[in-house]
Amino acid sequence: MIRFENVGLRYGLGPEILRDISFHLPARSFQFLSGPSGAGKTSLLRLLFLSLRPTRGLVNLFGQDVSLQSKDAIADLRKRIGIVLQDFRLLDHMTTYENVALPFRVMGRDESTYRREVIDLLKWVGLGERMDALPPVLSGGEKQRAAIARAVIARPQLLLADEPTGNVDPTLGQRLLRLFIELNKSGTAVIIATHDIALMDQYDARRLVLHQGRLHIYE
Amino acid sequence: MSKAGDGHDVLMDLGRERPQVPVRARNMSPIVPRASIAGRALVAVVAIMTFLASITTGAVLLINASASEWQSEVASEITIQVRPAAGRDLEQDVAAAAAAAREHPGILDVRPYTREESAKLLEPWLGSGLSLDDLPVPRMIVARAAPGTRLDLEGLRSRVTQLAPSTSVDDHRAWIDRMRSMTNATVFAGIGVLALVIIATIISVSFATRGAMAANRPIVEVLHFVGASDRYIANHFLRHFLRLGLRGGVIGCVAAMLMFGFSESIANWFSGTPVGDQFAALLGTFSLRPSGYLVLAGQTVLIAVITAFASRRTLFATLDEID
Repeated sequence: MIRFENVGLRYGLGPEILRDISFHLPARSFQFLSGPSGAGKTSLLRLLFLSLRPTRGLVNLFGQDVSLQSKDAIADLRKRIGIVLQDFRLLDHMTTYENVALPFRVMGRDESTYRREVIDLLKWVGLGERMDALPPVLSGGEKQRAAIARAVIARPQLLLADEPTGNVDPTLGQRLLRLFIELNKSGTAVIIATHDIALMDQYDARRLVLHQGRLHIYE
Repeated sequence: MSKAGDGHDVLMDLGRERPQVPVRARNMSPIVPRASIAGRALVAVVAIMTFLASITTGAVLLINASASEWQSEVASEITIQVRPAAGRDLEQDVAAAAAAAREHPGILDVRPYTREESAKLLEPWLGSGLSLDDLPVPRMIVARAAPGTRLDLEGLRSRVTQLAPSTSVDDHRAWIDRMRSMTNATVFAGIGVLALVIIATIISVSFATRGAMAANRPIVEVLHFVGASDRYIANHFLRHFLRLGLRGGVIGCVAAMLMFGFSESIANWFSGTPVGDQFAALLGTFSLRPSGYLVLAGQTVLIAVITAFASRRTLFATLDEID
Protein backbone atom coordinates (compact mmCIF):
# COMPACT_ATOMS: atom_id res chain seq x y z
CA MET A 1 0.00 0.00 0.00
CA ILE A 2 2.89 2.39 0.84
CA ARG A 3 6.36 2.13 -0.56
CA PHE A 4 9.37 4.35 0.19
CA GLU A 5 12.53 3.86 -1.89
CA ASN A 6 15.77 5.62 -0.96
CA VAL A 7 13.87 8.62 0.36
CA GLY A 8 15.92 11.51 1.70
CA LEU A 9 14.71 14.73 3.33
CA ARG A 10 16.44 17.94 4.22
CA TYR A 11 15.00 21.30 5.27
CA GLY A 12 16.42 24.07 3.09
CA LEU A 13 20.20 23.82 2.89
CA GLY A 14 20.51 22.01 6.21
CA PRO A 15 21.79 18.48 6.74
CA GLU A 16 19.77 15.50 5.56
CA ILE A 17 17.57 14.48 8.48
CA LEU A 18 16.16 11.35 6.81
CA ARG A 19 18.55 9.24 4.74
CA ASP A 20 17.90 6.36 2.36
CA ILE A 21 14.58 5.44 3.92
CA SER A 22 13.18 2.36 2.22
CA PHE A 23 10.24 0.31 3.49
CA HIS A 24 6.94 -1.18 2.48
CA LEU A 25 3.75 -0.91 4.52
CA PRO A 26 1.18 -3.50 3.56
CA ALA A 27 -2.53 -2.77 3.82
CA ARG A 28 -4.10 -3.64 7.22
CA SER A 29 -0.66 -3.65 8.88
CA PHE A 30 0.09 -2.26 12.35
CA GLN A 31 3.41 -0.74 13.33
CA PHE A 32 5.01 1.44 15.94
CA LEU A 33 7.47 4.13 14.88
CA SER A 34 9.98 5.01 17.56
CA GLY A 35 13.36 6.58 18.03
CA PRO A 36 15.01 9.28 20.12
CA SER A 37 13.77 12.87 20.07
CA GLY A 38 14.83 14.67 16.91
CA ALA A 39 15.35 11.42 15.01
CA GLY A 40 12.81 12.54 12.39
CA LYS A 41 9.65 10.66 13.43
CA THR A 42 7.36 13.65 12.83
CA SER A 43 9.09 14.40 9.51
CA LEU A 44 8.54 10.82 8.37
CA LEU A 45 4.88 11.05 9.38
CA ARG A 46 4.57 14.31 7.45
CA LEU A 47 6.11 12.63 4.39
CA LEU A 48 3.55 9.85 4.75
CA PHE A 49 0.81 12.46 5.08
CA LEU A 50 2.04 14.31 1.96
CA SER A 51 2.48 17.58 3.79
CA LEU A 52 6.21 17.40 2.96
CA ARG A 53 7.83 16.41 -0.30
CA PRO A 54 10.99 14.31 -0.18
CA THR A 55 14.25 15.86 -1.34
CA ARG A 56 15.02 12.64 -3.16
CA GLY A 57 13.71 9.13 -3.60
CA LEU A 58 10.34 7.65 -4.48
CA VAL A 59 7.19 7.76 -2.40
CA ASN A 60 4.36 5.58 -3.61
CA LEU A 61 1.03 5.82 -1.81
CA PHE A 62 -1.99 3.67 -2.61
CA GLY A 63 -0.26 2.66 -5.83
CA GLN A 64 0.39 6.23 -7.00
CA ASP A 65 3.71 8.01 -7.38
CA VAL A 66 3.20 11.03 -5.15
CA SER A 67 5.58 13.29 -7.11
CA LEU A 68 3.32 13.01 -10.17
CA GLN A 69 0.09 13.95 -8.41
CA SER A 70 -1.74 17.27 -8.82
CA LYS A 71 -2.83 19.30 -5.79
CA ASP A 72 -6.41 18.07 -6.11
CA ALA A 73 -5.24 14.46 -6.38
CA ILE A 74 -3.13 14.91 -3.23
CA ALA A 75 -6.20 16.31 -1.42
CA ASP A 76 -8.09 13.16 -2.49
CA LEU A 77 -5.25 10.94 -1.25
CA ARG A 78 -5.31 12.77 2.10
CA LYS A 79 -8.99 11.89 2.50
CA ARG A 80 -7.82 8.26 2.78
CA ILE A 81 -5.39 9.11 5.58
CA GLY A 82 -6.15 10.11 9.17
CA ILE A 83 -3.56 11.95 11.22
CA VAL A 84 -3.21 12.77 14.92
CA LEU A 85 -0.59 15.41 15.58
CA GLN A 86 1.15 16.20 18.86
CA ASP A 87 -0.37 19.70 18.93
CA PHE A 88 -3.88 18.31 18.17
CA ARG A 89 -4.79 21.05 15.66
CA LEU A 90 -8.41 21.39 16.71
CA LEU A 91 -10.37 24.38 15.40
CA ASP A 92 -11.10 26.65 18.36
CA HIS A 93 -14.31 28.12 16.93
CA MET A 94 -15.92 24.69 16.49
CA THR A 95 -17.35 22.44 19.18
CA THR A 96 -15.79 19.05 19.88
CA TYR A 97 -18.61 17.45 17.88
CA GLU A 98 -17.99 19.74 14.90
CA ASN A 99 -14.24 19.16 15.03
CA VAL A 100 -14.72 15.41 14.95
CA ALA A 101 -17.32 15.66 12.17
CA LEU A 102 -15.07 17.89 10.02
CA PRO A 103 -13.79 15.12 7.68
CA PHE A 104 -17.41 14.19 6.83
CA ARG A 105 -18.29 17.82 6.28
CA VAL A 106 -15.35 18.26 3.90
CA MET A 107 -16.56 15.15 2.03
CA GLY A 108 -19.85 17.00 1.51
CA ARG A 109 -21.97 14.55 3.52
CA ASP A 110 -25.21 15.69 5.08
CA GLU A 111 -25.10 16.07 8.86
CA SER A 112 -27.97 13.66 9.41
CA THR A 113 -25.97 10.83 7.78
CA TYR A 114 -23.08 10.95 10.25
CA ARG A 115 -24.54 12.46 13.42
CA ARG A 116 -25.03 9.18 15.29
CA GLU A 117 -21.63 7.85 14.25
CA VAL A 118 -19.86 10.96 15.59
CA ILE A 119 -21.79 10.90 18.86
CA ASP A 120 -21.09 7.19 19.37
CA LEU A 121 -17.37 7.69 18.85
CA LEU A 122 -17.26 10.74 21.11
CA LYS A 123 -18.96 8.69 23.84
CA TRP A 124 -16.54 5.85 23.30
CA VAL A 125 -13.49 8.09 23.75
CA GLY A 126 -15.09 9.56 26.87
CA LEU A 127 -16.14 12.91 25.40
CA GLY A 128 -19.89 12.27 25.39
CA GLU A 129 -20.45 15.04 27.93
CA ARG A 130 -18.06 17.43 26.17
CA MET A 131 -19.35 17.37 22.63
CA ASP A 132 -20.66 20.93 22.77
CA ALA A 133 -17.53 22.29 24.46
CA LEU A 134 -15.06 24.41 22.54
CA PRO A 135 -11.42 23.21 22.44
CA PRO A 136 -10.05 26.11 24.55
CA VAL A 137 -11.96 24.75 27.57
CA LEU A 138 -10.90 21.12 27.05
CA SER A 139 -8.01 19.59 28.99
CA GLY A 140 -4.92 18.30 27.17
CA GLY A 141 -6.18 14.73 27.34
CA GLU A 142 -9.62 15.69 26.07
CA LYS A 143 -8.11 17.57 23.17
CA GLN A 144 -5.99 14.54 22.34
CA ARG A 145 -9.02 12.24 22.34
CA ALA A 146 -10.95 14.68 20.15
CA ALA A 147 -8.01 14.81 17.70
CA ILE A 148 -7.90 10.99 17.63
CA ALA A 149 -11.65 10.77 17.10
CA ARG A 150 -11.36 13.24 14.17
CA ALA A 151 -8.57 11.16 12.62
CA VAL A 152 -10.44 7.86 12.81
CA ILE A 153 -14.05 8.93 12.25
CA ALA A 154 -13.97 8.50 8.47
CA ARG A 155 -12.25 5.13 8.84
CA PRO A 156 -9.17 6.00 6.80
CA GLN A 157 -7.11 3.38 4.99
CA LEU A 158 -4.04 4.67 6.80
CA LEU A 159 -3.90 6.16 10.29
CA LEU A 160 -0.85 8.13 11.40
CA ALA A 161 -0.61 9.05 15.07
CA ASP A 162 2.15 11.17 16.61
CA GLU A 163 2.44 10.38 20.35
CA PRO A 164 -1.31 9.68 20.64
CA THR A 165 -1.18 8.62 24.28
CA GLY A 166 1.21 11.31 25.47
CA ASN A 167 -1.37 13.31 27.44
CA VAL A 168 -3.69 10.62 28.79
CA ASP A 169 -3.57 8.38 31.84
CA PRO A 170 -2.52 4.70 31.36
CA THR A 171 -6.10 3.41 31.47
CA LEU A 172 -7.26 5.75 28.75
CA GLY A 173 -4.00 5.07 26.89
CA GLN A 174 -4.93 1.38 26.81
CA ARG A 175 -8.44 2.22 25.69
CA LEU A 176 -7.11 4.36 22.84
CA LEU A 177 -4.73 1.59 21.83
CA ARG A 178 -7.74 -0.74 21.71
CA LEU A 179 -9.43 1.75 19.42
CA PHE A 180 -6.43 1.72 17.09
CA ILE A 181 -6.29 -2.09 17.16
CA GLU A 182 -10.00 -2.36 16.41
CA LEU A 183 -9.61 0.13 13.58
CA ASN A 184 -6.70 -1.92 12.27
CA LYS A 185 -8.77 -5.10 12.40
CA SER A 186 -11.46 -3.38 10.36
CA GLY A 187 -8.89 -2.75 7.61
CA THR A 188 -6.92 0.40 8.43
CA ALA A 189 -3.13 0.36 8.33
CA VAL A 190 -1.84 2.04 11.50
CA ILE A 191 1.45 3.75 12.30
CA ILE A 192 1.86 5.03 15.85
CA ALA A 193 4.90 7.20 16.55
CA THR A 194 5.68 6.92 20.25
CA HIS A 195 8.36 6.97 22.95
CA ASP A 196 6.12 4.94 25.23
CA ILE A 197 7.81 1.53 25.62
CA ALA A 198 4.95 0.34 27.87
CA LEU A 199 2.46 1.10 25.13
CA MET A 200 4.54 -0.77 22.54
CA ASP A 201 4.88 -3.74 24.89
CA GLN A 202 1.09 -4.04 25.09
CA TYR A 203 0.72 -5.07 21.48
CA ASP A 204 2.91 -7.27 19.39
CA ALA A 205 3.52 -5.31 16.20
CA ARG A 206 6.27 -4.44 13.77
CA ARG A 207 8.59 -1.70 15.03
CA LEU A 208 10.17 0.93 12.81
CA VAL A 209 13.03 2.60 14.64
CA LEU A 210 14.63 5.80 13.40
CA HIS A 211 18.18 6.42 14.45
CA GLN A 212 20.48 9.11 13.09
CA GLY A 213 18.23 9.62 10.08
CA ARG A 214 18.14 5.94 9.10
CA LEU A 215 15.29 3.49 9.53
CA HIS A 216 15.68 0.07 11.15
CA ILE A 217 12.81 -2.39 10.96
CA TYR A 218 12.16 -5.04 13.62
CA GLU A 219 9.54 -7.57 12.55
CA MET B 1 -18.63 -3.30 14.03
CA SER B 2 -22.34 -2.92 14.07
CA LYS B 3 -25.04 -1.31 12.07
CA ALA B 4 -26.38 1.97 13.35
CA GLY B 5 -30.05 2.85 13.37
CA ASP B 6 -29.63 5.19 10.39
CA GLY B 7 -28.24 2.39 8.25
CA HIS B 8 -24.60 3.55 8.29
CA ASP B 9 -21.76 1.56 9.76
CA VAL B 10 -20.58 2.92 13.07
CA LEU B 11 -17.03 2.66 14.27
CA MET B 12 -17.83 1.55 17.82
CA ASP B 13 -20.52 -0.63 19.29
CA LEU B 14 -21.63 1.20 22.39
CA GLY B 15 -24.13 -1.40 23.54
CA ARG B 16 -26.13 0.05 26.41
CA GLU B 17 -24.06 3.26 26.31
CA ARG B 18 -25.77 4.21 23.02
CA PRO B 19 -27.94 7.32 23.50
CA GLN B 20 -31.58 6.26 23.62
CA VAL B 21 -33.04 9.61 22.58
CA PRO B 22 -33.06 10.68 18.96
CA VAL B 23 -30.20 13.00 18.18
CA ARG B 24 -31.22 16.52 17.29
CA ALA B 25 -29.93 18.25 14.17
CA ARG B 26 -27.23 20.73 15.01
CA ASN B 27 -26.55 24.23 13.78
CA MET B 28 -23.04 23.83 12.50
CA SER B 29 -20.53 26.64 12.95
CA PRO B 30 -19.17 28.14 9.75
CA ILE B 31 -15.89 26.59 8.58
CA VAL B 32 -14.33 30.06 8.50
CA PRO B 33 -15.47 32.17 11.47
CA ARG B 34 -16.94 35.46 10.32
CA ALA B 35 -15.28 37.43 13.10
CA SER B 36 -11.85 36.34 11.90
CA ILE B 37 -12.08 38.43 8.76
CA ALA B 38 -11.47 42.16 9.08
CA GLY B 39 -14.91 42.78 7.61
CA ARG B 40 -15.73 46.32 8.67
CA ALA B 41 -12.63 47.87 7.15
CA LEU B 42 -13.21 46.03 3.88
CA VAL B 43 -16.90 46.99 3.77
CA ALA B 44 -15.90 50.64 4.34
CA VAL B 45 -13.26 50.51 1.58
CA VAL B 46 -15.64 48.91 -0.93
CA ALA B 47 -18.43 51.34 0.07
CA ILE B 48 -16.18 54.37 -0.48
CA MET B 49 -14.88 52.99 -3.77
CA THR B 50 -18.41 52.22 -5.01
CA PHE B 51 -19.56 55.68 -3.94
CA LEU B 52 -16.73 57.34 -5.88
CA ALA B 53 -17.35 55.12 -8.90
CA SER B 54 -21.09 55.87 -8.80
CA ILE B 55 -20.52 59.63 -8.51
CA THR B 56 -18.12 59.50 -11.45
CA THR B 57 -20.48 57.43 -13.59
CA GLY B 58 -23.48 59.57 -12.61
CA ALA B 59 -21.62 62.79 -13.45
CA VAL B 60 -20.50 61.40 -16.81
CA LEU B 61 -24.07 60.31 -17.59
CA LEU B 62 -25.40 63.77 -16.64
CA ILE B 63 -22.85 65.62 -18.76
CA ASN B 64 -23.40 63.26 -21.65
CA ALA B 65 -27.18 63.67 -21.51
CA SER B 66 -26.94 67.49 -21.22
CA ALA B 67 -24.41 67.68 -24.04
CA SER B 68 -26.57 65.59 -26.38
CA GLU B 69 -29.56 67.77 -25.52
CA TRP B 70 -27.56 70.88 -26.30
CA GLN B 71 -26.17 69.43 -29.46
CA SER B 72 -29.57 68.44 -30.79
CA GLU B 73 -30.94 71.91 -29.96
CA VAL B 74 -28.02 73.78 -31.49
CA ALA B 75 -27.71 71.47 -34.48
CA SER B 76 -31.28 72.20 -35.55
CA GLU B 77 -30.69 75.94 -35.51
CA ILE B 78 -29.20 78.17 -38.20
CA THR B 79 -28.27 81.77 -37.56
CA ILE B 80 -28.38 84.25 -40.43
CA GLN B 81 -26.57 87.48 -39.71
CA VAL B 82 -27.33 90.55 -41.81
CA ARG B 83 -24.73 93.30 -41.44
CA PRO B 84 -25.49 96.91 -42.31
CA ALA B 85 -23.78 97.94 -45.56
CA ALA B 86 -23.40 101.32 -47.19
CA GLY B 87 -26.13 102.02 -49.68
CA ARG B 88 -28.41 99.21 -48.58
CA ASP B 89 -31.61 99.18 -46.53
CA LEU B 90 -31.03 96.89 -43.56
CA GLU B 91 -34.75 96.27 -42.91
CA GLN B 92 -35.30 95.29 -46.52
CA ASP B 93 -32.26 92.98 -46.51
CA VAL B 94 -33.52 91.28 -43.31
CA ALA B 95 -36.97 90.78 -44.80
CA ALA B 96 -35.51 89.39 -48.06
CA ALA B 97 -33.15 87.01 -46.23
CA ALA B 98 -35.97 85.82 -43.94
CA ALA B 99 -38.23 85.22 -46.94
CA ALA B 100 -35.49 83.28 -48.74
CA ALA B 101 -34.90 81.15 -45.63
CA ARG B 102 -38.64 80.45 -45.26
CA GLU B 103 -38.82 79.20 -48.82
CA HIS B 104 -35.77 76.97 -48.42
CA PRO B 105 -36.68 73.27 -48.18
CA GLY B 106 -36.28 71.75 -44.70
CA ILE B 107 -36.72 75.02 -42.78
CA LEU B 108 -39.59 74.85 -40.33
CA ASP B 109 -39.59 78.22 -38.72
CA VAL B 110 -37.84 81.55 -39.26
CA ARG B 111 -37.70 84.30 -36.69
CA PRO B 112 -35.99 87.60 -37.47
CA TYR B 113 -34.97 89.57 -34.39
CA THR B 114 -36.55 93.04 -34.33
CA ARG B 115 -34.53 96.18 -33.63
CA GLU B 116 -35.75 96.17 -30.04
CA GLU B 117 -34.81 92.52 -29.52
CA SER B 118 -31.36 93.15 -30.96
CA ALA B 119 -30.92 96.06 -28.57
CA LYS B 120 -31.93 93.76 -25.70
CA LEU B 121 -29.30 91.23 -26.76
CA LEU B 122 -26.62 93.92 -26.48
CA GLU B 123 -27.95 95.36 -23.24
CA PRO B 124 -25.60 93.38 -20.94
CA TRP B 125 -22.59 94.92 -22.68
CA LEU B 126 -23.77 98.37 -23.82
CA GLY B 127 -26.38 99.21 -21.21
CA SER B 128 -30.06 100.15 -21.63
CA GLY B 129 -31.47 103.00 -23.64
CA LEU B 130 -29.32 102.16 -26.62
CA SER B 131 -30.24 103.68 -29.99
CA LEU B 132 -29.33 101.26 -32.77
CA ASP B 133 -29.53 104.09 -35.31
CA ASP B 134 -26.15 105.35 -34.07
CA LEU B 135 -24.38 101.98 -34.37
CA PRO B 136 -23.80 99.56 -37.24
CA VAL B 137 -25.31 96.65 -35.34
CA PRO B 138 -26.02 93.52 -37.39
CA ARG B 139 -29.43 91.87 -37.24
CA MET B 140 -30.02 88.24 -36.54
CA ILE B 141 -32.46 85.79 -38.06
CA VAL B 142 -32.87 82.41 -36.34
CA ALA B 143 -34.08 79.59 -38.58
CA ARG B 144 -35.08 76.21 -37.20
CA ALA B 145 -34.57 73.17 -39.39
CA ALA B 146 -36.78 70.09 -39.26
CA PRO B 147 -35.08 67.47 -37.10
CA GLY B 148 -33.18 64.84 -39.05
CA THR B 149 -33.15 66.73 -42.36
CA ARG B 150 -29.93 67.43 -44.21
CA LEU B 151 -30.06 71.05 -45.22
CA ASP B 152 -28.53 72.37 -48.42
CA LEU B 153 -26.60 75.02 -46.52
CA GLU B 154 -24.58 76.15 -49.56
CA GLY B 155 -27.79 76.67 -51.53
CA LEU B 156 -29.28 78.73 -48.70
CA ARG B 157 -26.06 80.75 -48.35
CA SER B 158 -25.85 81.63 -52.07
CA ARG B 159 -29.59 82.48 -52.20
CA VAL B 160 -29.47 84.89 -49.25
CA THR B 161 -26.19 86.49 -50.32
CA GLN B 162 -27.70 87.12 -53.73
CA LEU B 163 -30.56 89.03 -52.10
CA ALA B 164 -28.49 90.68 -49.36
CA PRO B 165 -24.71 90.61 -50.04
CA SER B 166 -23.70 91.49 -46.47
CA THR B 167 -25.29 88.34 -45.07
CA SER B 168 -23.55 85.35 -43.48
CA VAL B 169 -25.07 81.98 -42.58
CA ASP B 170 -23.79 79.97 -39.57
CA ASP B 171 -24.86 76.40 -38.81
CA HIS B 172 -22.83 76.28 -35.53
CA ARG B 173 -20.74 73.32 -36.77
CA ALA B 174 -17.52 74.55 -35.13
CA TRP B 175 -19.37 75.03 -31.83
CA ILE B 176 -20.91 71.57 -32.00
CA ASP B 177 -17.51 69.98 -32.79
CA ARG B 178 -15.98 71.70 -29.77
CA MET B 179 -18.85 70.54 -27.59
CA ARG B 180 -18.49 67.00 -28.85
CA SER B 181 -14.78 66.89 -28.08
CA MET B 182 -15.43 68.36 -24.62
CA THR B 183 -18.04 65.68 -23.92
CA ASN B 184 -15.72 62.94 -25.18
CA ALA B 185 -12.91 64.25 -22.97
CA THR B 186 -15.27 64.18 -19.95
CA VAL B 187 -16.31 60.60 -20.73
CA PHE B 188 -12.67 59.51 -21.10
CA ALA B 189 -11.75 61.23 -17.83
CA GLY B 190 -14.69 59.44 -16.18
CA ILE B 191 -13.55 56.07 -17.54
CA GLY B 192 -10.01 56.84 -16.28
CA VAL B 193 -11.30 57.64 -12.78
CA LEU B 194 -13.44 54.47 -12.84
CA ALA B 195 -10.42 52.37 -13.85
CA LEU B 196 -8.38 53.87 -10.99
CA VAL B 197 -11.20 53.22 -8.51
CA ILE B 198 -11.49 49.60 -9.68
CA ILE B 199 -7.71 49.06 -9.47
CA ALA B 200 -7.67 50.56 -5.95
CA THR B 201 -10.58 48.24 -5.01
CA ILE B 202 -8.73 45.17 -6.32
CA ILE B 203 -5.58 46.12 -4.39
CA SER B 204 -7.51 46.77 -1.15
CA VAL B 205 -9.41 43.50 -1.47
CA SER B 206 -6.22 41.56 -2.20
CA PHE B 207 -4.60 42.96 0.95
CA ALA B 208 -7.72 42.18 3.00
CA THR B 209 -7.82 38.62 1.64
CA ARG B 210 -4.13 38.08 2.39
CA GLY B 211 -4.70 39.37 5.93
CA ALA B 212 -7.71 37.10 6.43
CA MET B 213 -5.80 34.10 5.13
CA ALA B 214 -2.85 34.86 7.42
CA ALA B 215 -5.20 35.15 10.40
CA ASN B 216 -6.90 31.87 9.48
CA ARG B 217 -3.81 29.90 8.51
CA PRO B 218 -4.36 27.27 11.25
CA ILE B 219 -7.86 26.64 9.87
CA VAL B 220 -6.49 26.28 6.34
CA GLU B 221 -3.88 23.78 7.57
CA VAL B 222 -6.46 21.69 9.43
CA LEU B 223 -8.72 21.70 6.38
CA HIS B 224 -5.79 20.43 4.33
CA PHE B 225 -5.26 17.72 6.97
CA VAL B 226 -8.80 16.44 6.62
CA GLY B 227 -8.46 16.30 2.85
CA ALA B 228 -10.13 19.55 1.78
CA SER B 229 -9.11 20.69 -1.69
CA ASP B 230 -7.97 24.26 -2.38
CA ARG B 231 -11.25 24.86 -4.20
CA TYR B 232 -13.27 23.80 -1.12
CA ILE B 233 -11.23 26.07 1.17
CA ALA B 234 -11.27 29.00 -1.28
CA ASN B 235 -15.05 28.75 -1.69
CA HIS B 236 -15.58 29.11 2.06
CA PHE B 237 -13.47 32.26 2.18
CA LEU B 238 -14.96 33.53 -1.05
CA ARG B 239 -18.51 33.50 0.33
CA HIS B 240 -17.43 35.92 3.05
CA PHE B 241 -15.70 38.24 0.63
CA LEU B 242 -18.59 38.24 -1.85
CA ARG B 243 -20.98 39.07 1.00
CA LEU B 244 -18.70 41.85 2.30
CA GLY B 245 -18.21 43.20 -1.24
CA LEU B 246 -21.96 43.26 -1.87
CA ARG B 247 -22.66 44.93 1.48
CA GLY B 248 -20.02 47.62 0.82
CA GLY B 249 -21.22 48.03 -2.76
CA VAL B 250 -24.86 48.49 -1.74
CA ILE B 251 -23.94 51.08 0.93
CA GLY B 252 -21.81 53.08 -1.53
CA CYS B 253 -24.37 52.86 -4.32
CA VAL B 254 -27.34 53.84 -2.13
CA ALA B 255 -25.34 56.81 -0.77
CA ALA B 256 -24.55 57.94 -4.33
CA MET B 257 -28.19 57.50 -5.43
CA LEU B 258 -29.38 59.54 -2.44
CA MET B 259 -26.86 62.21 -3.33
CA PHE B 260 -28.16 62.42 -6.89
CA GLY B 261 -31.74 62.45 -5.58
CA PHE B 262 -30.99 65.28 -3.15
CA SER B 263 -28.90 67.27 -5.62
CA GLU B 264 -32.05 67.57 -7.73
CA SER B 265 -33.85 69.11 -4.77
CA ILE B 266 -30.85 71.33 -3.98
CA ALA B 267 -30.79 72.49 -7.62
CA ASN B 268 -34.48 73.34 -7.28
CA TRP B 269 -33.78 75.47 -4.16
CA PHE B 270 -31.17 77.44 -6.08
CA SER B 271 -33.24 77.85 -9.22
CA GLY B 272 -33.76 81.54 -10.01
CA THR B 273 -30.41 82.53 -8.54
CA PRO B 274 -27.52 83.32 -10.95
CA VAL B 275 -25.55 80.27 -9.73
CA GLY B 276 -28.56 77.98 -10.07
CA ASP B 277 -29.33 79.27 -13.57
CA GLN B 278 -25.70 78.81 -14.62
CA PHE B 279 -25.73 75.18 -13.46
CA ALA B 280 -29.12 74.56 -15.01
CA ALA B 281 -27.81 75.93 -18.33
CA LEU B 282 -24.75 73.71 -18.13
CA LEU B 283 -26.11 70.47 -16.69
CA GLY B 284 -29.88 70.73 -17.15
CA THR B 285 -31.97 69.74 -14.16
CA PHE B 286 -29.21 67.67 -12.47
CA SER B 287 -31.62 64.74 -12.51
CA LEU B 288 -30.40 61.25 -13.32
CA ARG B 289 -32.76 59.31 -15.57
CA PRO B 290 -34.12 55.95 -14.31
CA SER B 291 -31.71 54.21 -16.71
CA GLY B 292 -28.87 56.09 -14.95
CA TYR B 293 -29.90 54.58 -11.60
CA LEU B 294 -29.98 51.16 -13.26
CA VAL B 295 -26.43 51.72 -14.54
CA LEU B 296 -25.31 52.56 -10.98
CA ALA B 297 -26.95 49.37 -9.63
CA GLY B 298 -25.28 47.30 -12.36
CA GLN B 299 -21.96 48.91 -11.55
CA THR B 300 -22.38 47.91 -7.89
CA VAL B 301 -22.89 44.27 -8.86
CA LEU B 302 -19.80 44.56 -11.08
CA ILE B 303 -17.73 45.90 -8.16
CA ALA B 304 -18.95 43.06 -5.90
CA VAL B 305 -17.99 40.53 -8.58
CA ILE B 306 -14.58 42.20 -8.99
CA THR B 307 -14.15 42.03 -5.19
CA ALA B 308 -14.92 38.30 -5.21
CA PHE B 309 -12.68 37.68 -8.23
CA ALA B 310 -9.72 39.57 -6.72
CA SER B 311 -10.26 37.69 -3.47
CA ARG B 312 -10.38 34.34 -5.29
CA ARG B 313 -7.09 34.99 -7.12
CA THR B 314 -5.37 35.97 -3.88
CA LEU B 315 -6.87 32.97 -2.10
CA PHE B 316 -5.44 30.47 -4.56
CA ALA B 317 -2.04 32.23 -4.58
CA THR B 318 -1.95 32.17 -0.75
CA LEU B 319 -3.09 28.53 -0.61
CA ASP B 320 -0.19 27.66 -2.92
CA GLU B 321 2.18 29.42 -0.51
CA ILE B 322 0.71 27.64 2.54
CA ASP B 323 0.92 24.25 0.87
